[in-house]
Amino acid sequence: MSKKEAAWMFQKMLEIRHFEDRVHEIFGTGVLPGFVHLYAGEEAIAVGLCSHLDDNDYITSTHRGHGHCIAKGCDLDGMMAEIYGRSTGLCKGKGGSMHIADVEKGMLGANGIVGGGFPLAVGAGLTHKLKKTGSVAVCFFGDGANNHGTFHEGINMAAIWDLPVIFVAENNGFGEATPFHYASSCKSIADRAISYNIPGETVDGKDVIAVREAAKRAVERARNGEGPTLIECVTYRNYGHFEGDAQTYKGEEKVKHLHDLDAIKKFYTYLTEQGIMTEEELDQMDEDVRKDIDRAVEFAEKSPHPLPEQLLEDVYVSYKTNGGAGA
Amino acid sequence: MTRQLSFSQAVNEAMAISMREDQDVILLGEDVAGGAAVDHLQDEEAWGGVMGVTKGLVQEFGRDRIIDTPIAEAGYVGAAVTAAATGMRPIAELMFNDFIGSCLDEVMNQGAKLRYMFGGKAKVPLTIRTMHGAGFRAAAQHSQSLYSFFTHIPGIKVVIPSTPYDAKGLLLESIFDDDLVVFFEDKTLYTMKGEVPEGSYRIPFGKADIKRSGEDVTIVAIGKMVHTAIKAADELAKHGIEAEIVDPRTLSPLDEDTILSSVEKTGRLVVVDEANPRCSAATDIAALAADKGFDYLDAPVKMVTAPHTPVPFAPTLEDIYLPTPDKIVKAVQEMTGSELAI
Repeated sequence: MSKKEAAWMFQKMLEIRHFEDRVHEIFGTGVLPGFVHLYAGEEAIAVGLCSHLDDNDYITSTHRGHGHCIAKGCDLDGMMAEIYGRSTGLCKGKGGSMHIADVEKGMLGANGIVGGGFPLAVGAGLTHKLKKTGSVAVCFFGDGANNHGTFHEGINMAAIWDLPVIFVAENNGFGEATPFHYASSCKSIADRAISYNIPGETVDGKDVIAVREAAKRAVERARNGEGPTLIECVTYRNYGHFEGDAQTYKGEEKVKHLHDLDAIKKFYTYLTEQGIMTEEELDQMDEDVRKDIDRAVEFAEKSPHPLPEQLLEDVYVSYKTNGGAGA
Repeated sequence: MTRQLSFSQAVNEAMAISMREDQDVILLGEDVAGGAAVDHLQDEEAWGGVMGVTKGLVQEFGRDRIIDTPIAEAGYVGAAVTAAATGMRPIAELMFNDFIGSCLDEVMNQGAKLRYMFGGKAKVPLTIRTMHGAGFRAAAQHSQSLYSFFTHIPGIKVVIPSTPYDAKGLLLESIFDDDLVVFFEDKTLYTMKGEVPEGSYRIPFGKADIKRSGEDVTIVAIGKMVHTAIKAADELAKHGIEAEIVDPRTLSPLDEDTILSSVEKTGRLVVVDEANPRCSAATDIAALAADKGFDYLDAPVKMVTAPHTPVPFAPTLEDIYLPTPDKIVKAVQEMTGSELAI
């Protein structure tokens, strides 16, 4: 791994962590509307995967989508403004936290529907295959979604058509408040790959290097037209299912995950021990990213609210407004 | 003072009463108990649903009857259909009505049609409770009001209460009804308090409730729009216009007689519905007036609804998306013109 690559990965992990910690803090003050689901703790997965992607590759995401957006290169200011519901948001304030998207960056949207991403990633993979782009689609999904019917339909289709799709399970142990081991009749999500005759592997989702290596194999396979892969990343979310969740279902393991097993600490130690980057460099990045997040918050707070006429726009391509239908 | 309960408590109490009365009543859904198979978790600490509506039920009835499901709507809603058809009396909680996209076949093609397709030799005593409604900043995939969808399908009964009292009585009626019922709960009404009697009582389907009497204009309002209409009526009263507010309470069956009698009395009809306006409950009720009450009408029927757009996230947009008292007052003004001075 080059220093440049390492720096990019560390930077993105920090951006996700500080963005999410900051959203958590602001949500607590009551100024943010709606439902917010935070990605903090799972940074290594989005970053490990997206380190192999460019803007031509697509990703589908989940309700816990901020991390995927950041790793795929979405603008922090535009993301924060979207969460605030401002017109400068990536979706003009119309989507909010659960629907942040940036198609030009290959980010096909956070998603409010559990299991929504599987067929969407298959469709993006189909486009890549038919247009011979050499690009791929990555479907991020949670352990909750791995029991949804769309999991089977999506992976099966990607497999029979050898589509360039990588299915990435983020197994954080809980679908909402329900443990993985209760809801899933399998020892690991990766085991389910056998039924589709595709490679499946489980990696430590707190270890960005491990994720990156597994992702490399899967992305190469996809780009070579050999078909999909299922990667299960075992992880933990630092916060609740949504902001406001008392998390009574979590046990002692919580403390260990917040400290000893933290993905950013792990990568920090790795980079310094391997002599890839110095502590000073990494600490400086941390300081700079905090400032970037400050700026994003300031940008969002100073941004205008959407104008009333925007309510009717963007429903159809063909009409400026909603077509006048019963408005 | 009479006993006050929140809408949420009223729904919870109806379920508890039904489960005490009938061992065949079970509840299935995502985290309806919460934290299944978490050893350290005491039942009283469990979620009891994402909004806490089912909290406490697992303590009284246990996890055999309050069943946490995987996030697999097609799976557990479909299972609830045939559990109902084979001897149980299930309640399935579809967390948000928007998630019907993940299990529509089970409701529309299976549950709703079994009885008819089997020549009357099956029944599906299933109640699907589901949360709907805008105004919660929950954005496009968690804010819709899809009751007209279900009203369109024969074989489904559609219930939409506007008060804690109605919620309890209608939910008990739903659970003990032998047909498939979809029961809508507006997420913004859960904290609303109102008088709720103790014990069991049932409100029959197809019986609208006149929430306010008046002589000048009939306002048919659905779900939480009843409260929006009441505010509008208070404003109209200041200007000498007395609105009659009719709450249908069930959209299938629909109490046509009460709506038409009211229109006969007032000569004017406004339908207030927060759902999208095309092929909706509002257009259905407007068509009823045109079809069966045309001679009673002194003015064209007005609809006050959401626009034909998805629900926007930005609070400033969502606030103008929803019908407001002002919009209702304006609609009444337009139809009354100079005849009734405002």
